[in-house]
Amino acid sequence: MHMFEFIRPADAATAVATAAQAKTAQQGADIRYVAGGTTLIDLMKLNVETPARLIDINRLPLNTIEVTPDGGLKIGATVRNADLASHPVVQRDYAVLSQALLAGASAQLRNMATTAGNVLQRTRCMYFRDTAMPCNKREPGTGCPAITGNNRRLAILGTSEYCIATHPSDMCVAMAALEATIHVQGPRGSRAVPFGKFHLLPGNTPQRETVLEPGDLITHITLPKPVGRSKQAYLKLRDRASYEFALASAAVVITIAGGNVTRARIALGGVGTKPWRSHEAEAALVGRLANPANFRKAAEAALRDAKPQSENAFKIELAKRCLAHALQMAIRA
Amino acid sequence: MSEQKPEKPRKHRADVRGLSRRSFLTTAGTAGVIAALDGRDLMAQSPSADPPPVDDRVGTEPVTLRVNGKEHRLRIDPRTTLLDCLRETMALTGTKKGCDHGQCGACTVHVNGRRVNSCLSLALMHDGEEITTIEGLGTPDALHPMQAAFVEHDGYQCGYCTSGQIMSAVALLKEPCGPDDTAVKELMSGNICRCGAYPNIVAAIQHVRRTA
Repeated sequence: MHMFEFIRPADAATAVATAAQAKTAQQGADIRYVAGGTTLIDLMKLNVETPARLIDINRLPLNTIEVTPDGGLKIGATVRNADLASHPVVQRDYAVLSQALLAGASAQLRNMATTAGNVLQRTRCMYFRDTAMPCNKREPGTGCPAITGNNRRLAILGTSEYCIATHPSDMCVAMAALEATIHVQGPRGSRAVPFGKFHLLPGNTPQRETVLEPGDLITHITLPKPVGRSKQAYLKLRDRASYEFALASAAVVITIAGGNVTRARIALGGVGTKPWRSHEAEAALVGRLANPANFRKAAEAALRDAKPQSENAFKIELAKRCLAHALQMAIRA
Repeated sequence: MSEQKPEKPRKHRADVRGLSRRSFLTTAGTAGVIAALDGRDLMAQSPSADPPPVDDRVGTEPVTLRVNGKEHRLRIDPRTTLLDCLRETMALTGTKKGCDHGQCGACTVHVNGRRVNSCLSLALMHDGEEITTIEGLGTPDALHPMQAAFVEHDGYQCGYCTSGQIMSAVALLKEPCGPDDTAVKELMSGNICRCGAYPNIVAAIQHVRRTA
Protein backbone atom coordinates (compact mmCIF):
# COMPACT_ATOMS: atom_id res chain seq x y z
CA MET A 1 0.00 0.00 0.00
CA HIS A 2 1.26 3.47 -0.85
CA MET A 3 1.76 5.98 1.96
CA PHE A 4 -0.98 8.54 2.51
CA GLU A 5 -1.88 11.38 4.82
CA PHE A 6 -4.85 10.56 7.06
CA ILE A 7 -7.21 13.50 7.59
CA ARG A 8 -10.08 13.80 10.08
CA PRO A 9 -12.09 16.85 8.98
CA ALA A 10 -14.06 18.83 11.59
CA ASP A 11 -17.07 19.22 9.30
CA ALA A 12 -18.35 18.52 5.80
CA ALA A 13 -17.32 21.95 4.49
CA THR A 14 -13.70 21.32 5.51
CA ALA A 15 -13.83 17.86 3.96
CA VAL A 16 -15.14 19.27 0.68
CA ALA A 17 -12.58 22.12 0.61
CA THR A 18 -9.75 19.63 1.17
CA ALA A 19 -10.97 17.14 -1.41
CA ALA A 20 -11.54 19.92 -3.94
CA GLN A 21 -7.76 20.08 -4.37
CA ALA A 22 -7.83 16.65 -6.05
CA LYS A 23 -7.05 16.39 -9.75
CA THR A 24 -9.96 14.02 -10.28
CA ALA A 25 -12.69 12.35 -8.27
CA GLN A 26 -12.60 9.34 -10.59
CA GLN A 27 -10.22 6.36 -11.01
CA GLY A 28 -6.78 7.10 -9.57
CA ALA A 29 -7.95 10.07 -7.47
CA ASP A 30 -5.13 11.54 -5.39
CA ILE A 31 -7.58 12.41 -2.59
CA ARG A 32 -10.29 9.99 -1.45
CA TYR A 33 -13.03 10.05 1.14
CA VAL A 34 -13.13 6.89 3.23
CA ALA A 35 -16.17 5.64 5.16
CA GLY A 36 -16.62 1.87 5.52
CA GLY A 37 -13.43 1.18 3.60
CA THR A 38 -14.66 -2.16 2.27
CA THR A 39 -13.98 -1.24 -1.35
CA LEU A 40 -11.29 1.42 -1.00
CA ILE A 41 -8.94 -0.31 1.47
CA ASP A 42 -9.22 -3.49 -0.60
CA LEU A 43 -8.22 -1.62 -3.78
CA MET A 44 -5.45 0.28 -1.96
CA LYS A 45 -3.93 -3.05 -0.89
CA LEU A 46 -3.95 -4.05 -4.57
CA ASN A 47 -2.42 -0.68 -5.58
CA VAL A 48 -5.42 -0.13 -7.85
CA GLU A 49 -6.16 2.97 -5.79
CA THR A 50 -3.19 5.01 -4.53
CA PRO A 51 -4.53 8.18 -2.88
CA ALA A 52 -1.98 10.50 -1.29
CA ARG A 53 -4.62 11.78 1.11
CA LEU A 54 -7.51 9.95 2.82
CA ILE A 55 -10.33 11.97 4.34
CA ASP A 56 -12.16 10.02 7.05
CA ILE A 57 -15.84 11.04 6.94
CA ASN A 58 -16.98 8.56 9.60
CA ARG A 59 -17.19 11.23 12.33
CA LEU A 60 -19.29 13.65 10.23
CA PRO A 61 -23.00 13.77 11.16
CA LEU A 62 -24.14 11.86 8.05
CA ASN A 63 -25.42 8.68 9.67
CA THR A 64 -29.13 9.23 10.26
CA ILE A 65 -32.31 7.94 8.59
CA GLU A 66 -35.26 10.34 8.66
CA VAL A 67 -38.71 10.50 7.12
CA THR A 68 -38.85 13.70 5.03
CA PRO A 69 -41.71 16.27 5.23
CA ASP A 70 -43.07 15.03 1.87
CA GLY A 71 -43.27 11.46 3.15
CA GLY A 72 -40.06 10.19 1.56
CA LEU A 73 -36.95 8.91 3.30
CA LYS A 74 -33.59 10.64 3.80
CA ILE A 75 -30.67 8.26 4.24
CA GLY A 76 -27.34 9.66 5.44
CA ALA A 77 -24.19 8.87 3.48
CA THR A 78 -22.55 6.88 6.26
CA VAL A 79 -25.61 4.86 7.33
CA ARG A 80 -24.35 1.28 7.38
CA ASN A 81 -25.93 -1.22 5.02
CA ALA A 82 -27.01 -3.41 7.97
CA ASP A 83 -28.79 -0.50 9.68
CA LEU A 84 -30.54 0.56 6.48
CA ALA A 85 -31.69 -3.00 5.76
CA SER A 86 -33.21 -3.44 9.21
CA HIS A 87 -34.80 0.03 9.51
CA PRO A 88 -38.55 -0.44 10.11
CA VAL A 89 -39.61 2.15 7.49
CA VAL A 90 -37.35 0.54 4.88
CA GLN A 91 -38.70 -2.91 5.70
CA ARG A 92 -42.30 -1.70 5.51
CA ASP A 93 -42.30 0.76 2.58
CA TYR A 94 -39.16 -0.03 0.60
CA ALA A 95 -38.92 -3.81 1.01
CA VAL A 96 -37.04 -4.19 -2.27
CA LEU A 97 -34.20 -2.10 -0.80
CA SER A 98 -34.00 -4.13 2.39
CA GLN A 99 -34.01 -7.37 0.40
CA ALA A 100 -31.29 -6.12 -1.97
CA LEU A 101 -29.06 -5.00 0.90
CA LEU A 102 -29.43 -8.34 2.69
CA ALA A 103 -28.61 -10.18 -0.54
CA GLY A 104 -25.26 -8.38 -0.72
CA ALA A 105 -21.92 -9.22 0.92
CA SER A 106 -21.76 -10.72 4.43
CA ALA A 107 -23.05 -9.63 7.82
CA GLN A 108 -19.59 -8.26 8.71
CA LEU A 109 -19.31 -6.24 5.50
CA ARG A 110 -22.88 -4.92 5.85
CA ASN A 111 -21.89 -3.62 9.32
CA MET A 112 -19.07 -1.63 7.68
CA ALA A 113 -20.24 -0.67 4.19
CA THR A 114 -22.12 2.61 3.88
CA THR A 115 -24.92 3.92 1.70
CA ALA A 116 -22.73 6.36 -0.25
CA GLY A 117 -19.87 3.87 -0.42
CA ASN A 118 -22.17 1.28 -1.93
CA VAL A 119 -23.17 3.74 -4.66
CA LEU A 120 -19.45 4.19 -5.40
CA GLN A 121 -18.65 0.47 -5.22
CA ARG A 122 -16.15 -0.59 -7.88
CA THR A 123 -16.32 -3.42 -10.36
CA ARG A 124 -15.08 -6.90 -9.48
CA CYS A 125 -13.62 -7.39 -13.00
CA MET A 126 -10.42 -9.36 -12.37
CA TYR A 127 -8.45 -7.33 -14.90
CA PHE A 128 -9.36 -4.08 -13.18
CA ARG A 129 -8.19 -5.52 -9.87
CA ASP A 130 -4.85 -6.82 -11.22
CA THR A 131 -2.26 -4.10 -11.88
CA ALA A 132 -0.18 -6.58 -13.92
CA MET A 133 -2.92 -6.56 -16.57
CA PRO A 134 -4.00 -3.86 -19.01
CA CYS A 135 -7.33 -2.19 -18.22
CA ASN A 136 -8.93 0.85 -19.84
CA LYS A 137 -10.78 1.68 -16.63
CA ARG A 138 -7.64 1.61 -14.46
CA GLU A 139 -5.15 2.86 -17.07
CA PRO A 140 -6.94 4.50 -19.99
CA GLY A 141 -5.62 3.45 -23.37
CA THR A 142 -4.06 0.15 -22.30
CA GLY A 143 -6.87 -2.01 -23.70
CA CYS A 144 -9.51 -4.41 -22.36
CA PRO A 145 -8.25 -7.99 -21.99
CA ALA A 146 -11.66 -9.04 -20.64
CA ILE A 147 -13.23 -8.81 -24.08
CA THR A 148 -11.06 -11.66 -25.34
CA GLY A 149 -10.44 -13.16 -21.90
CA ASN A 150 -12.31 -14.28 -18.81
CA ASN A 151 -15.65 -12.50 -19.07
CA ARG A 152 -18.18 -14.98 -17.68
CA ARG A 153 -19.26 -12.61 -14.91
CA LEU A 154 -19.03 -9.41 -16.93
CA ALA A 155 -21.69 -7.20 -18.45
CA ILE A 156 -24.03 -7.72 -21.40
CA LEU A 157 -25.81 -4.35 -21.24
CA GLY A 158 -24.23 -0.91 -21.61
CA THR A 159 -20.84 -2.25 -22.69
CA SER A 160 -18.45 -0.61 -25.14
CA GLU A 161 -15.42 -1.79 -27.07
CA TYR A 162 -13.35 -0.22 -24.27
CA CYS A 163 -14.94 -1.78 -21.19
CA ILE A 164 -17.41 -4.52 -20.23
CA ALA A 165 -17.03 -4.31 -16.43
CA THR A 166 -20.15 -5.10 -14.39
CA HIS A 167 -21.42 -2.74 -11.71
CA PRO A 168 -21.47 -5.09 -8.69
CA SER A 169 -23.97 -3.45 -6.32
CA ASP A 170 -27.27 -4.96 -5.20
CA MET A 171 -28.37 -1.87 -3.24
CA CYS A 172 -28.05 0.33 -6.33
CA VAL A 173 -30.39 -1.90 -8.33
CA ALA A 174 -33.13 -1.35 -5.75
CA MET A 175 -32.31 2.37 -5.56
CA ALA A 176 -32.69 2.62 -9.35
CA ALA A 177 -36.12 0.96 -9.22
CA LEU A 178 -37.15 3.22 -6.32
CA GLU A 179 -36.03 6.32 -8.28
CA ALA A 180 -33.75 7.57 -5.54
CA THR A 181 -31.97 10.94 -5.63
CA ILE A 182 -28.32 11.39 -4.71
CA HIS A 183 -27.48 14.61 -2.87
CA VAL A 184 -23.98 15.97 -3.38
CA GLN A 185 -22.18 18.79 -1.55
CA GLY A 186 -19.44 20.26 -3.72
CA PRO A 187 -17.06 23.20 -3.70
CA ARG A 188 -19.67 25.31 -5.53
CA GLY A 189 -22.68 24.29 -3.47
CA SER A 190 -25.11 21.40 -3.22
CA ARG A 191 -26.99 19.62 -5.95
CA ALA A 192 -29.36 16.70 -6.40
CA VAL A 193 -28.68 14.04 -9.01
CA PRO A 194 -31.39 11.58 -10.10
CA PHE A 195 -30.14 8.03 -9.54
CA GLY A 196 -30.33 7.16 -13.22
CA LYS A 197 -28.07 10.08 -14.14
CA PHE A 198 -25.40 9.45 -11.49
CA HIS A 199 -23.51 6.51 -13.00
CA LEU A 200 -22.02 6.86 -16.48
CA LEU A 201 -21.79 4.31 -19.27
CA PRO A 202 -18.17 3.36 -20.02
CA GLY A 203 -18.14 4.55 -23.64
CA ASN A 204 -14.56 5.50 -24.49
CA THR A 205 -13.90 6.88 -20.97
CA PRO A 206 -14.47 3.89 -18.65
CA GLN A 207 -12.27 5.54 -16.01
CA ARG A 208 -15.15 8.00 -15.49
CA GLU A 209 -17.82 6.08 -13.59
CA THR A 210 -19.95 8.84 -12.06
CA VAL A 211 -20.74 12.54 -12.41
CA LEU A 212 -18.66 13.36 -9.30
CA GLU A 213 -16.04 16.12 -9.56
CA PRO A 214 -13.16 16.91 -7.17
CA GLY A 215 -14.49 17.78 -3.70
CA ASP A 216 -17.96 16.37 -4.32
CA LEU A 217 -19.22 14.60 -1.19
CA ILE A 218 -22.37 12.49 -1.23
CA THR A 219 -24.16 13.68 1.92
CA HIS A 220 -27.37 11.66 1.65
CA ILE A 221 -29.78 9.83 -0.61
CA THR A 222 -33.51 10.43 -0.66
CA LEU A 223 -36.25 8.02 -1.65
CA PRO A 224 -39.58 9.40 -2.91
CA LYS A 225 -42.76 8.85 -0.93
CA PRO A 226 -43.67 5.17 -1.22
CA VAL A 227 -46.20 4.32 -3.93
CA GLY A 228 -49.39 3.10 -2.28
CA ARG A 229 -50.03 -0.66 -2.56
CA SER A 230 -46.94 -1.22 -4.67
CA LYS A 231 -45.61 -4.75 -4.74
CA GLN A 232 -41.87 -5.19 -4.49
CA ALA A 233 -39.26 -7.92 -4.83
CA TYR A 234 -35.54 -8.37 -5.28
CA LEU A 235 -34.23 -11.61 -6.74
CA LYS A 236 -30.52 -12.38 -7.01
CA LEU A 237 -29.05 -15.34 -8.91
CA ARG A 238 -25.42 -16.30 -8.29
CA ASP A 239 -22.92 -19.15 -8.23
CA ARG A 240 -23.26 -19.64 -4.46
CA ALA A 241 -26.35 -19.42 -2.26
CA SER A 242 -24.84 -16.55 -0.26
CA TYR A 243 -21.89 -14.16 -0.09
CA GLU A 244 -21.40 -13.87 -3.85
CA PHE A 245 -21.92 -11.23 -6.50
CA ALA A 246 -24.91 -11.49 -8.82
CA LEU A 247 -24.78 -13.16 -12.20
CA ALA A 248 -28.20 -11.61 -12.68
CA SER A 249 -30.57 -9.83 -10.34
CA ALA A 250 -33.83 -7.93 -10.64
CA ALA A 251 -35.54 -5.27 -8.56
CA VAL A 252 -39.26 -4.90 -9.15
CA VAL A 253 -41.72 -2.28 -7.90
CA ILE A 254 -45.14 -2.70 -9.51
CA THR A 255 -48.69 -1.60 -8.87
CA ILE A 256 -51.62 -3.70 -10.05
CA ALA A 257 -55.27 -2.67 -10.32
CA GLY A 258 -58.00 -4.96 -11.61
CA GLY A 259 -55.43 -7.52 -12.72
CA ASN A 260 -53.59 -4.96 -14.87
CA VAL A 261 -50.19 -3.44 -14.21
CA THR A 262 -50.73 0.30 -13.73
CA ARG A 263 -47.19 1.26 -12.80
CA ALA A 264 -43.84 -0.55 -13.04
CA ARG A 265 -40.28 0.29 -12.06
CA ILE A 266 -37.72 -2.33 -13.07
CA ALA A 267 -33.96 -2.51 -12.65
CA LEU A 268 -31.43 -5.26 -13.29
CA GLY A 269 -28.12 -6.07 -11.60
CA GLY A 270 -25.15 -8.25 -12.49
CA VAL A 271 -25.67 -7.68 -16.19
CA GLY A 272 -25.05 -3.95 -16.73
CA THR A 273 -22.06 -1.62 -16.68
CA LYS A 274 -24.17 0.50 -14.33
CA PRO A 275 -27.25 -0.24 -12.20
CA TRP A 276 -29.61 -1.03 -15.09
CA ARG A 277 -33.01 0.63 -15.10
CA SER A 278 -35.15 -0.99 -17.80
CA HIS A 279 -37.67 1.48 -19.20
CA GLU A 280 -38.26 -1.11 -21.94
CA ALA A 281 -39.54 -3.70 -19.47
CA GLU A 282 -41.67 -1.08 -17.72
CA ALA A 283 -43.31 -0.03 -21.01
CA ALA A 284 -43.98 -3.66 -21.86
CA LEU A 285 -45.75 -4.21 -18.53
CA VAL A 286 -47.92 -1.13 -18.02
CA GLY A 287 -51.52 -1.50 -19.18
CA ARG A 288 -51.27 -5.25 -19.57
CA LEU A 289 -52.46 -8.17 -17.47
CA ALA A 290 -50.09 -9.21 -14.70
CA ASN A 291 -49.50 -12.76 -15.89
CA PRO A 292 -46.50 -14.99 -16.67
CA ALA A 293 -46.78 -14.51 -20.46
CA ASN A 294 -46.61 -10.73 -20.15
CA PHE A 295 -43.80 -10.98 -17.58
CA ARG A 296 -41.81 -13.00 -20.10
CA LYS A 297 -42.49 -10.38 -22.77
CA ALA A 298 -41.22 -7.67 -20.42
CA ALA A 299 -38.09 -9.71 -19.78
CA GLU A 300 -37.54 -10.13 -23.54
CA ALA A 301 -37.84 -6.35 -23.90
CA ALA A 302 -35.35 -5.72 -21.09
CA LEU A 303 -32.67 -7.87 -22.72
CA ARG A 304 -33.37 -6.96 -26.36
CA ASP A 305 -30.15 -4.94 -26.67
CA ALA A 306 -27.99 -7.40 -24.73
CA LYS A 307 -24.59 -8.05 -26.28
CA PRO A 308 -22.97 -11.28 -25.07
CA GLN A 309 -19.23 -11.82 -24.73
CA SER A 310 -17.43 -15.13 -25.39
CA GLU A 311 -18.29 -16.66 -21.98
CA ASN A 312 -21.47 -14.96 -20.80
CA ALA A 313 -24.21 -15.53 -23.39
CA PHE A 314 -25.96 -17.62 -20.71
CA LYS A 315 -26.63 -14.42 -18.81
CA ILE A 316 -29.20 -13.27 -21.37
CA GLU A 317 -31.59 -16.13 -20.66
CA LEU A 318 -30.66 -16.11 -16.95
CA ALA A 319 -31.55 -12.42 -16.64
CA LYS A 320 -34.84 -12.93 -18.49
CA ARG A 321 -35.87 -15.74 -16.17
CA CYS A 322 -34.65 -13.73 -13.18
CA LEU A 323 -36.86 -10.76 -14.06
CA ALA A 324 -39.90 -12.88 -14.93
CA HIS A 325 -39.55 -14.77 -11.66
CA ALA A 326 -39.03 -11.58 -9.64
CA LEU A 327 -42.30 -10.24 -11.09
CA GLN A 328 -44.06 -13.42 -10.01
CA MET A 329 -42.54 -13.07 -6.53
CA ALA A 330 -43.70 -9.45 -6.36
CA ILE A 331 -47.34 -10.13 -7.19
CA ARG A 332 -47.39 -12.84 -4.52
CA ALA A 333 -45.73 -10.52 -1.98
CA MET B 1 -5.15 8.39 31.46
CA SER B 2 -3.36 11.48 30.19
CA GLU B 3 -0.07 10.56 31.88
CA GLN B 4 -0.11 7.12 30.27
CA LYS B 5 2.73 6.85 27.79
CA PRO B 6 2.18 5.60 24.26
CA GLU B 7 3.08 1.96 24.10
CA LYS B 8 6.10 0.89 22.16
CA PRO B 9 5.03 -1.22 19.22
CA ARG B 10 5.73 -4.82 20.23
CA LYS B 11 6.61 -7.62 17.88
CA HIS B 12 6.26 -10.46 20.33
CA ARG B 13 5.39 -11.27 23.92
CA ALA B 14 8.27 -10.80 26.34
CA ASP B 15 6.66 -13.02 28.99
CA VAL B 16 8.65 -16.28 29.14
CA ARG B 17 7.40 -17.64 32.46
CA GLY B 18 4.23 -19.24 31.18
CA LEU B 19 5.66 -19.99 27.76
CA SER B 20 2.71 -21.04 25.59
CA ARG B 21 2.99 -22.70 22.18
CA ARG B 22 2.02 -19.39 20.62
CA SER B 23 4.54 -17.26 22.53
CA PHE B 24 7.27 -19.85 21.97
CA LEU B 25 6.68 -19.81 18.22
CA THR B 26 6.61 -16.02 17.94
CA THR B 27 9.72 -15.68 20.14
CA ALA B 28 11.61 -18.39 18.30
CA GLY B 29 10.51 -16.90 14.97
CA THR B 30 11.79 -13.44 15.88
CA ALA B 31 15.05 -14.90 17.17
CA GLY B 32 15.46 -16.66 13.86
CA VAL B 33 15.00 -13.43 11.94
CA ILE B 34 17.52 -11.63 14.14
CA ALA B 35 20.02 -14.45 13.65
CA ALA B 36 19.56 -14.25 9.90
CA LEU B 37 20.02 -10.47 9.88
CA ASP B 38 23.18 -10.79 12.03
CA GLY B 39 24.58 -13.34 9.62
CA ARG B 40 23.94 -11.06 6.65
CA ASP B 41 25.64 -8.17 8.44
CA LEU B 42 28.70 -10.29 9.15
CA MET B 43 28.95 -11.48 5.57
CA ALA B 44 28.69 -7.91 4.29
CA GLN B 45 31.35 -6.90 6.86
CA SER B 46 29.33 -3.83 7.74
CA PRO B 47 30.87 -1.20 10.07
CA SER B 48 30.38 -2.01 13.73
CA ALA B 49 29.08 1.46 14.64
CA ASP B 50 25.58 1.48 16.10
CA PRO B 51 22.88 2.62 13.67
CA PRO B 52 21.50 6.10 14.34
CA PRO B 53 18.48 6.11 16.65
CA VAL B 54 15.20 5.79 14.79
CA ASP B 55 12.55 8.41 15.51
CA ASP B 56 9.40 6.31 15.60
CA ARG B 57 7.26 9.46 15.36
CA VAL B 58 8.24 10.00 11.73
CA GLY B 59 5.48 8.73 9.48
CA THR B 60 3.32 7.56 12.38
CA GLU B 61 0.02 8.80 13.79
CA PRO B 62 -1.32 8.59 17.33
CA VAL B 63 -4.37 6.45 17.99
CA THR B 64 -6.15 5.25 21.10
CA LEU B 65 -7.91 1.90 20.96
CA ARG B 66 -9.85 0.25 23.76
CA VAL B 67 -9.16 -3.42 23.21
CA ASN B 68 -10.80 -6.01 25.43
CA GLY B 69 -11.49 -3.35 28.04
CA LYS B 70 -7.94 -1.98 28.16
CA GLU B 71 -6.92 1.36 26.69
CA HIS B 72 -3.94 1.34 24.33
CA ARG B 73 -2.30 4.57 23.22
CA LEU B 74 -0.20 3.81 20.16
CA ARG B 75 1.66 5.45 17.31
CA ILE B 76 1.18 3.58 14.06
CA ASP B 77 1.84 3.84 10.35
CA PRO B 78 -1.45 5.18 8.87
CA ARG B 79 -1.57 2.18 6.53
CA THR B 80 -1.90 -0.23 9.45
CA THR B 81 -5.15 -2.16 9.26
CA LEU B 82 -7.02 -2.89 12.45
CA LEU B 83 -6.05 -6.54 11.92
CA ASP B 84 -2.32 -5.83 11.64
CA CYS B 85 -2.50 -3.43 14.58
CA LEU B 86 -4.02 -6.14 16.78
CA ARG B 87 -1.66 -8.87 15.63
CA GLU B 88 1.65 -7.12 15.00
CA THR B 89 1.56 -4.06 17.26
CA MET B 90 -0.41 -5.45 20.19
CA ALA B 91 0.56 -9.13 19.83
CA LEU B 92 -3.07 -10.25 20.00
CA THR B 93 -2.60 -13.08 17.52
CA GLY B 94 -5.90 -14.83 18.23
CA THR B 95 -7.43 -12.84 15.37
CA LYS B 96 -6.29 -14.50 12.14
CA LYS B 97 -5.27 -13.16 8.75
CA GLY B 98 -6.75 -15.32 6.00
CA CYS B 99 -7.36 -13.61 2.66
CA ASP B 100 -6.66 -10.02 3.89
CA HIS B 101 -9.37 -8.82 1.43
CA GLY B 102 -12.66 -9.26 3.29
CA GLN B 103 -13.51 -12.54 1.62
CA CYS B 104 -12.94 -15.15 4.37
CA GLY B 105 -13.96 -13.74 7.76
CA ALA B 106 -10.96 -15.11 9.70
CA CYS B 107 -10.19 -11.57 10.90
CA THR B 108 -13.65 -10.92 12.38
CA VAL B 109 -13.63 -8.80 15.55
CA HIS B 110 -16.24 -6.63 17.27
CA VAL B 111 -16.10 -2.84 17.02
CA ASN B 112 -18.50 -1.19 19.46
CA GLY B 113 -20.23 -4.56 19.75
CA ARG B 114 -20.69 -5.17 16.01
CA ARG B 115 -18.76 -7.71 13.96
CA VAL B 116 -16.51 -6.39 11.21
CA ASN B 117 -13.67 -7.61 8.97
CA SER B 118 -10.63 -6.08 10.67
CA CYS B 119 -8.53 -6.52 7.51
CA LEU B 120 -10.58 -3.93 5.56
CA SER B 121 -10.44 -1.24 8.18
CA LEU B 122 -7.62 1.12 9.09
CA ALA B 123 -6.78 1.20 12.80
CA LEU B 124 -6.82 5.02 12.64
CA MET B 125 -10.51 4.88 11.71
CA HIS B 126 -11.24 3.38 15.15
CA ASP B 127 -9.72 6.02 17.43
CA GLY B 128 -11.48 5.80 20.79
CA GLU B 129 -13.62 2.84 19.80
CA GLU B 130 -14.22 -0.36 21.73
CA ILE B 131 -12.64 -3.43 20.13
CA THR B 132 -13.28 -6.98 21.28
CA THR B 133 -11.13 -9.86 20.05
CA ILE B 134 -11.27 -13.57 20.79
CA GLU B 135 -8.83 -12.92 23.67
CA GLY B 136 -11.47 -10.72 25.31
CA LEU B 137 -14.33 -13.20 25.00
CA GLY B 138 -13.46 -15.79 27.61
CA THR B 139 -10.52 -17.38 29.41
CA PRO B 140 -9.29 -20.99 29.38
CA ASP B 141 -10.90 -21.43 32.81
CA ALA B 142 -14.12 -19.59 31.95
CA LEU B 143 -14.98 -20.06 28.31
CA HIS B 144 -17.64 -17.91 26.68
CA PRO B 145 -20.71 -20.13 26.11
CA MET B 146 -20.03 -19.97 22.35
CA GLN B 147 -16.45 -21.14 22.83
CA ALA B 148 -17.67 -24.00 25.02
CA ALA B 149 -20.30 -24.91 22.41
CA PHE B 150 -17.69 -25.01 19.62
CA VAL B 151 -15.65 -27.44 21.78
CA GLU B 152 -18.69 -29.55 22.62
CA HIS B 153 -19.95 -29.71 19.02
CA ASP B 154 -16.50 -30.08 17.44
CA GLY B 155 -17.01 -26.92 15.38
CA TYR B 156 -13.55 -26.95 13.80
CA GLN B 157 -10.75 -29.06 12.42
CA CYS B 158 -7.58 -27.05 11.77
CA GLY B 159 -8.84 -24.16 13.88
CA TYR B 160 -7.59 -21.33 11.69
CA CYS B 161 -11.02 -19.85 10.97
CA THR B 162 -12.33 -20.62 14.46
CA SER B 163 -11.72 -17.33 16.24
CA GLY B 164 -13.43 -15.49 13.36
CA GLN B 165 -16.30 -18.00 13.39
CA ILE B 166 -16.78 -17.57 17.14
CA MET B 167 -16.62 -13.76 16.99
CA SER B 168 -19.19 -13.83 14.19
CA ALA B 169 -21.40 -16.29 16.06
CA VAL B 170 -21.36 -14.23 19.27
CA ALA B 171 -22.35 -11.09 17.33
CA LEU B 172 -25.10 -13.03 15.56
CA LEU B 173 -26.80 -13.66 18.92
CA LYS B 174 -27.74 -9.96 19.04
CA GLU B 175 -28.70 -9.59 15.35
CA PRO B 176 -32.09 -10.19 13.71
CA CYS B 177 -31.93 -13.88 12.77
CA GLY B 178 -34.67 -16.39 12.06
CA PRO B 179 -34.90 -19.49 14.26
CA ASP B 180 -33.91 -22.15 11.71
CA ASP B 181 -30.52 -23.43 10.52
CA THR B 182 -30.98 -21.74 7.11
CA ALA B 183 -31.06 -18.32 8.74
CA VAL B 184 -27.91 -19.10 10.73
CA LYS B 185 -26.10 -20.34 7.62
CA GLU B 186 -27.03 -17.17 5.75
CA LEU B 187 -25.76 -14.91 8.54
CA MET B 188 -22.57 -16.98 8.91
CA SER B 189 -21.78 -16.99 5.16
CA GLY B 190 -19.07 -14.38 5.63
CA ASN B 191 -16.95 -16.92 7.52
CA ILE B 192 -15.34 -19.51 5.29
CA CYS B 193 -14.16 -22.84 6.77
CA ARG B 194 -11.77 -24.65 4.47
CA CYS B 195 -12.12 -27.86 6.52
CA GLY B 196 -15.87 -27.79 6.04
CA ALA B 197 -16.92 -27.87 9.69
CA TYR B 198 -20.09 -25.98 8.82
CA PRO B 199 -22.69 -28.47 10.15
CA ASN B 200 -20.99 -28.56 13.55
CA ILE B 201 -20.56 -24.78 13.61
CA VAL B 202 -24.29 -24.33 12.96
CA ALA B 203 -25.06 -26.92 15.66
CA ALA B 204 -22.87 -25.06 18.17
CA ILE B 205 -24.55 -21.74 17.42
CA GLN B 206 -28.04 -23.22 17.61
CA HIS B 207 -27.15 -24.86 20.92
CA VAL B 208 -26.20 -21.49 22.39
CA ARG B 209 -29.28 -19.78 20.91
CA ARG B 210 -31.56 -22.42 22.41
CA THR B 211 -29.95 -22.36 25.86
CA ALA B 212 -29.30 -18.61 26.13
